[in-house]
Amino acid sequence: MFGLNTLSSIEIDEPQYNLSDYQSAVPRWCPGCGDNAILTAVQRLCRDEQLPPEKTVFVSGIGCSSRFPHHMGTYGFHGLHGRALPIAEGVKIRRPDLNVFVNMGDGDCCSIGTAHWIHAIRYNMNLVVLVHDNQIYGMTKKQASPTSPKGLKTNTTPHGSYTEPLNILSTTLGVGNVSFVANAVEWIPDLLYQIIQQAFHHRGLSFVRIAQRCPHFMPGFFDGFMTDPNRCLLLEHENGLQVPENLTKVYQKRVDHDPSDINRAREVAAMSEAEPIGILYRNDRVECYEDSRRPRKAFSVEARREAINLELDKFAVHVGSRNGQNLEQDASHSANGESGS
Amino acid sequence: MSPSTTDSSEQIGAVRSDSPSRNSAAGKPADGRAAKEIITLDQHVVEIVSDAGEGAQKAGQAFGTISAKMGNGIWTVEIIPAEIQPPPRNAAGASGIRIRVGSSPITNSGDAADVVVAFNEMVLTGRLESGALKPGCIVLIEDKWREHADPEIAASYVQVYDRMIKEGLRVYEVPMEVVTLQHVDNPMRGKNMFVLGMLSYLYDRELELGREQIRFVFGRKGKKIVDNNVALLEAGYEWGQENLDFQFRIPSAKILGPQIVSNGNVAIALGIMASGMDVCAMYPITPATSASHHLSEIFENVGGVVHQAEDEIAACGFAIGASYAGKCAVTITSGPGIALKTELLGLAVMAEIPLVVVNVQRGGPSTGLPTKVEQGDLLAALFSTHGDAPKVVMAPATIEDCFYSILTARKIAETFRMPVLVLSDANLATGQQPFPRPEFSRDWLAPPIDQSALPEGTPPYDWDETTGLSRRIIPGQPGGMFTLTGLAHNRMGKVAYNRGANQEGARSRSLKLAAFQKTLKTPETFGDEEGDVLVVGWGSTQGAIHEAVSRLRKDGASVSSLHIKFLQPMASGIGEILKRFKKVIAVEINYSDSLEDELIDSDNRRYSNLAFLLRARYLVDVDSWSNVHGEPLQPGRIEAMLRQLVEAQ
Repeated sequence: MFGLNTLSSIEIDEPQYNLSDYQSAVPRWCPGCGDNAILTAVQRLCRDEQLPPEKTVFVSGIGCSSRFPHHMGTYGFHGLHGRALPIAEGVKIRRPDLNVFVNMGDGDCCSIGTAHWIHAIRYNMNLVVLVHDNQIYGMTKKQASPTSPKGLKTNTTPHGSYTEPLNILSTTLGVGNVSFVANAVEWIPDLLYQIIQQAFHHRGLSFVRIAQRCPHFMPGFFDGFMTDPNRCLLLEHENGLQVPENLTKVYQKRVDHDPSDINRAREVAAMSEAEPIGILYRNDRVECYEDSRRPRKAFSVEARREAINLELDKFAVHVGSRNGQNLEQDASHSANGESGS
Repeated sequence: MSPSTTDSSEQIGAVRSDSPSRNSAAGKPADGRAAKEIITLDQHVVEIVSDAGEGAQKAGQAFGTISAKMGNGIWTVEIIPAEIQPPPRNAAGASGIRIRVGSSPITNSGDAADVVVAFNEMVLTGRLESGALKPGCIVLIEDKWREHADPEIAASYVQVYDRMIKEGLRVYEVPMEVVTLQHVDNPMRGKNMFVLGMLSYLYDRELELGREQIRFVFGRKGKKIVDNNVALLEAGYEWGQENLDFQFRIPSAKILGPQIVSNGNVAIALGIMASGMDVCAMYPITPATSASHHLSEIFENVGGVVHQAEDEIAACGFAIGASYAGKCAVTITSGPGIALKTELLGLAVMAEIPLVVVNVQRGGPSTGLPTKVEQGDLLAALFSTHGDAPKVVMAPATIEDCFYSILTARKIAETFRMPVLVLSDANLATGQQPFPRPEFSRDWLAPPIDQSALPEGTPPYDWDETTGLSRRIIPGQPGGMFTLTGLAHNRMGKVAYNRGANQEGARSRSLKLAAFQKTLKTPETFGDEEGDVLVVGWGSTQGAIHEAVSRLRKDGASVSSLHIKFLQPMASGIGEILKRFKKVIAVEINYSDSLEDELIDSDNRRYSNLAFLLRARYLVDVDSWSNVHGEPLQPGRIEAMLRQLVEAQ
């Protein structure tokens, strides 16, 4: 250490933003709630990517997961049940410079917000969408969600839910224009982090479904997956998930999955015997809505004046000295008017 | 409908053999050409009715524009069937246009029509039965139906023709199709320009202005189309010259300064562009959509985006997101769309997000009357959102006002951080009127938002004790990071359920309305400041009310009117004005119970929206006169009602 200017070398590497810059109020989720793990992964991502907190916005709907923005040290928009996506799209269209994340629950996204979910995929704006899927309505105290398994007894389905659960991944992959779909589970933090990181780096709508524990209303529901690593199928690929060595011993069930293959992605998504973990599909060539709708040039007040006058010209009535009547008018505007008609 | 017999101005347009304004001798000279009878008028109402797709509206708009260019006041309003393609020759499917032309500025679509051009007799029966035609009205009707191969059609034509003659209409049969076919193969494409030519002759319009208009409208379609249409225009003019033994002259007033002519929806689109807003989110709905059609064409020229969202709710959310992230955004819709947006409007109120919401009202409830006028959303605009949700509600009264209201709305929305609802309606949406050309001003664009860094811990809702106002912070501002929420929150934006916090938030949001109200001027009374009867109106009915009141005042009746632009909050001084009249009556296109109904009495009577509001706010006995025929209010009908009222005083 002698002779080295440690101070300066440390300064160069020291991040400008620390984890604490992304932390806000202490989360008030239930002990053991999977949302905590997602929050931790996201805060770590923000720190690692050095996202300026003022340039980062978390938009959410309503539900336990949607309290997420309150726990971030960034800008946040805690909106209405099911409506996070349109709001996030509005933010992005006006401000492509901002990093916009969306947090939704399964009810939020796949029930009341279904139209917005499907159309958000269609628009393909550069957003990171995280769907916290605990397969139950937690905030309103245990009602069936569209992703609840058939037969689940809840307050609204005391004799067991009647319908097959909605497959979020299959549905998402069914929409033309889909550009990024991944699946994660919150109890494998390394992979969760890596998947969210890849979602962040993808340009376009990055849709990440995250299996998330609700210890209060779905106690032990994911235990089978947690205790039996063979119920998780890790999708490895050089262009997708890279499983760290320390996990390869535990998770023996792994396949090589090329995320550019949408047919295979759909097969994987439709699997019922195991939880696929990784990047199911990625296509960088899908055009982003905000790119196709951005003005090609900057607009000054002068440019606006010009454009508005051009527009008014189209509707100009240039009253001349016609019909033997003496009509007055400003000559300069008459000249403008001619160009429009 | 029977015309008012007491009103002298009703006779202005009438063509009568003893009319003093005739200035040429009747009778045909030996060469067979009709001798011209020149009739000078103050104003006239012309209608063109056809099956959908025959171009009546295009011809009528051109006629209106030509008239405006000649210095006349005009108001055009479309007659729209509810279906896109109603079956042809259908009384309810009449598609057309009404053009009112006058010597002085025209502020409404007037009473019954003086002249009607009809493409078939069936569309005409619909107009006859709805009382749209004046007794003695001149009818110019396509004559091909008389000899039609289908005997039923021929019989129907003859029957209607005979009925019109019997009822005293002056019917002229016109071989529209025969002449049109001399120029084009498909009479559907061109009959309308023949009609434009015919009307141009009838009203002594300058032919060159017609040619200019055709070049403007059809220019993009190529020279051949333009030439054909010009030939048809000339043919129509010629036909009129040879076959009509009368001609109308409507002298124009002196016009100072340049003018533009547009309908209300275009004016709204221009206003949005001129206001400096650059995001408009919408979902198609009649009659609001045409505003966004126009905007879609031009908005990108100034860096704007028209986003057609997946539904009304998404459109509102999108606008809110865009507003939150920058300046103010706008969403355009109509009644049913407003119903869907209400939850998000509440969010904008609670989170104090500036937002301009344009509601081009139509008849309701439910899908109601999609293409027809009503003012039924006033109370919905004020109250429909759940909870206490104060927002500004304003209503343009004219086409010109549609333009300026948007500029004003944006300013209010941004200054007071709240949604502003602009209530236009189907009457303004399709009505065309000339108005002074707006002169671009830097003030139209709101000043940029201060985006400088904020000291750590700056409260995002730092409500001023007196005004409820607070500084607006947008994403990207260092130090300002906060989470906006629709939940009750304290000054820091933190969710807060304690009683003090919610009370303070609600109080602050409400105070903003009072702070804004202090900036409003008392509206001016039209007529005397006190008297027997005061008519109170709002929105698009201003022109018709003014005209009715003027007619009565000419006869010395003690009637005035008051038009309210800001419905929430209302300007100071309105209560005092109401109290200076013996009788106050709200006139609007809304339903109110009639005391003539057996079940209705003063205890159970449901008043129309404005009457309800005025009674609640000012504790004044406000009567209601309203109807929901789906038509613009006619000055003649308001006048007749007021005469009764004055006599009763």
